[in-house]
Amino acid sequence: MSSDGNPERFVRAAMIPPAPPPRRLGGPLARIRATLFPDLANGLVTLAILAALVWLVPAAFRFLVVDAIWTGASGEACRPEVTGRPVGACWAFIGDKINYLAYGSYPAAERWRPNLFFGLLAFGAAWMLWLGAPKRAWGAVYLFVAVPVLAYLLLAGLPALGLASVATALWGGLLVTVVVSGVGIVAALPLGILLALGRRSDWPVIRILSIGFIEFWRGVPLITVLFMANVMLPLFLPGDLTVDRLVRPLVGIALFASAYMAEVVRGGLQAIPVGQRQAALALGLTPFQATRAVVLPQALKIVVPGIVNTLIGLFKDTTLVAIVGLADFVRVLEAARADPRWSAPAVPVTAYVFAALFYFAVCFGMARYAGFIERRLAAGDAR
Amino acid sequence: MLKPRVSWRALAVQVLLVGALAALASFAASNAAQKLARQGIVAGFGFLGRPAGFDIGQSLIPYAAATATYLDAFLVGLLNTLLVSGLAIVLATGLGFAVGIARRADNPLVRAFAAAYVELFRNLPLLLQLLVWYVAVRVALPPASDPATLGQAAFLSQRGLFLPRPDFLGLAAVVPLAFVAALAATGLLLRARRRAVALGKKPVPVLWPGALLCLGLPALAWIGLGLAGHPVPVAWPMRGPYDIEGGLPVRPEFAALLLGLSTYSAAFIAEIVRSGLDSVARGQREAAAALSLSRAQTLRLVVLPQALRVIVPPLTSQYLNITKNSSLAVLIGYPDLVHVFMGTVLNQTNQAVEVVSLTMCVYLSLSLATALVMNRHNARVAGSRT
Repeated sequence: MSSDGNPERFVRAAMIPPAPPPRRLGGPLARIRATLFPDLANGLVTLAILAALVWLVPAAFRFLVVDAIWTGASGEACRPEVTGRPVGACWAFIGDKINYLAYGSYPAAERWRPNLFFGLLAFGAAWMLWLGAPKRAWGAVYLFVAVPVLAYLLLAGLPALGLASVATALWGGLLVTVVVSGVGIVAALPLGILLALGRRSDWPVIRILSIGFIEFWRGVPLITVLFMANVMLPLFLPGDLTVDRLVRPLVGIALFASAYMAEVVRGGLQAIPVGQRQAALALGLTPFQATRAVVLPQALKIVVPGIVNTLIGLFKDTTLVAIVGLADFVRVLEAARADPRWSAPAVPVTAYVFAALFYFAVCFGMARYAGFIERRLAAGDAR
Repeated sequence: MLKPRVSWRALAVQVLLVGALAALASFAASNAAQKLARQGIVAGFGFLGRPAGFDIGQSLIPYAAATATYLDAFLVGLLNTLLVSGLAIVLATGLGFAVGIARRADNPLVRAFAAAYVELFRNLPLLLQLLVWYVAVRVALPPASDPATLGQAAFLSQRGLFLPRPDFLGLAAVVPLAFVAALAATGLLLRARRRAVALGKKPVPVLWPGALLCLGLPALAWIGLGLAGHPVPVAWPMRGPYDIEGGLPVRPEFAALLLGLSTYSAAFIAEIVRSGLDSVARGQREAAAALSLSRAQTLRLVVLPQALRVIVPPLTSQYLNITKNSSLAVLIGYPDLVHVFMGTVLNQTNQAVEVVSLTMCVYLSLSLATALVMNRHNARVAGSRT
């Protein structure tokens, strides 16, 4: 309390002792302390995660590499009581079944055909995904027109060309997974663009039909769509016309995916300023030309990450075709691990680890690509 | 703006389109009618009244294979779908918010851990994850011949977790009524708190009194009934010759589906939460820090409320995805709507058109109802921005 009677004023009368120097703020030790051990709770969490890593990483490495069985002809090789040492992953099982996992029951002599198909597809995908590739418009024609036709001729066969017919019931494994997701994306992209344009159309009938179509497919689970395609598609066709067991889910997946694709493309269309279209119309372009040459190219460019994300979802969803009886990758793997010749406790674990590695590699890779495109587009906008 | 002229071309195209679609639909319908007639199937929903004659592993309502109709089976499946999706939504929201917030933590290890979680669960097919969970749950549990038990009151084996089941019928209905009353009282407390905050008064505490009410009031009612000589009847699980009988079974299929759905969806919710947190301007955190709010307070009082505006719309569609994804139950044998109705009932009756359209209608109306509620919520949130 000061002496002049004014309680608002305060004058210190005594010297305060000097404050201690601040704790080190720079240097790696200080940074570790500030980020990893700022307080007790955080420090405990840090220690817990470190402990988990110390336990998990060597255990995973031991399971996947050190204790793994790399060669063997049957489940005997992967039993700890036979080998006399702890057994990790049974890679011998995957090695024995790798052809089955890749092609299903596709005849061994004809396996060059799926291989060629994978090659054609990879070439087209690389053409489209590499942004600096020459003549990307032709790449689109190749991927969306030529590859489907060639793939059908190659895989199903055409005796007139000297390619023996292979019934779709024999297709399986990776082949079916790739065919289902490939057909999904090839059919869904054009259909989705049409639906997205339809949803923004001035013509009420087109708009309402598009909205109804999109919201219907987005509102129901894929499994119900697959069941519907399986039991109702044959009902609707005239006479004794039947649909191949592989084609039914394909139709369902294509319709389902196109609704999701339509929403992705619509996002791109909405992001294009309306002035672009007005300017195009002012230059004397017809509405169709304005959409085709001005609005759509810009919209499609910015939705590439969204399209890739839809493709990731589609790729994961293709596993559902196993439920309606197609021999996709997961189902073939389940069948392989049930093989009595390969009955060992390590085999199911190996099968699931292998499937997880496979799907993770594909999906994570695609997600990374989408992120890369997104950053590139953002950098372009910032310029 | 010029009023657009009526374009005869547009009109003609639209009329033609409608006509073509109608022709296609009637063609398909006549084909279907012909084929159904040939198979001797009577179209219509009359089959729902017929006896079902199959058993269902888990049901929230009384269901007996001998007397139940297909309509009962439909209801059991629907309730099971709602049960597992509702619980998965709660769990996934909690886990997803925790992981999403952890992705923006100061601690780099926590950030890396959360990122690894998201990438791992997001990039694997749900179906594969469910298979693994199912196997893992079954391996982790003791065999059916030698169940783990808690004082002979609850049992745990590969057949499931068997809990005592109280029957809240007759006088015992007081217990659930007490719970509802406690919920209502908590709601009143919440309103009082909101009003106090709006008026700038000291807010009434809600969390602890509410929790105490919701747990304490039913417990009091339970004990009171016991003291009054009308104890709540409880069906205890018993060891039968082959399996545990009676009680309230929680099946491993249910546990696996719940775990799989929650952990998978939590990864997506975490990404939604992260983008919501990123949408809050940096200055908000800095201002909160300048006001000497602690980090937890900053998150709870400043950042999250603003982030929720961005979070809620995609969160809703994620909730719908959980409901739709619960249909993967068919894979591991949890009796949800798709499994019971599109699986067993469809196989038994062959009423494909009716079964498929009814099932799809259920999911569509769930989607539309959620969309309606969320649109109203969004309107309110957007309206309160000024």
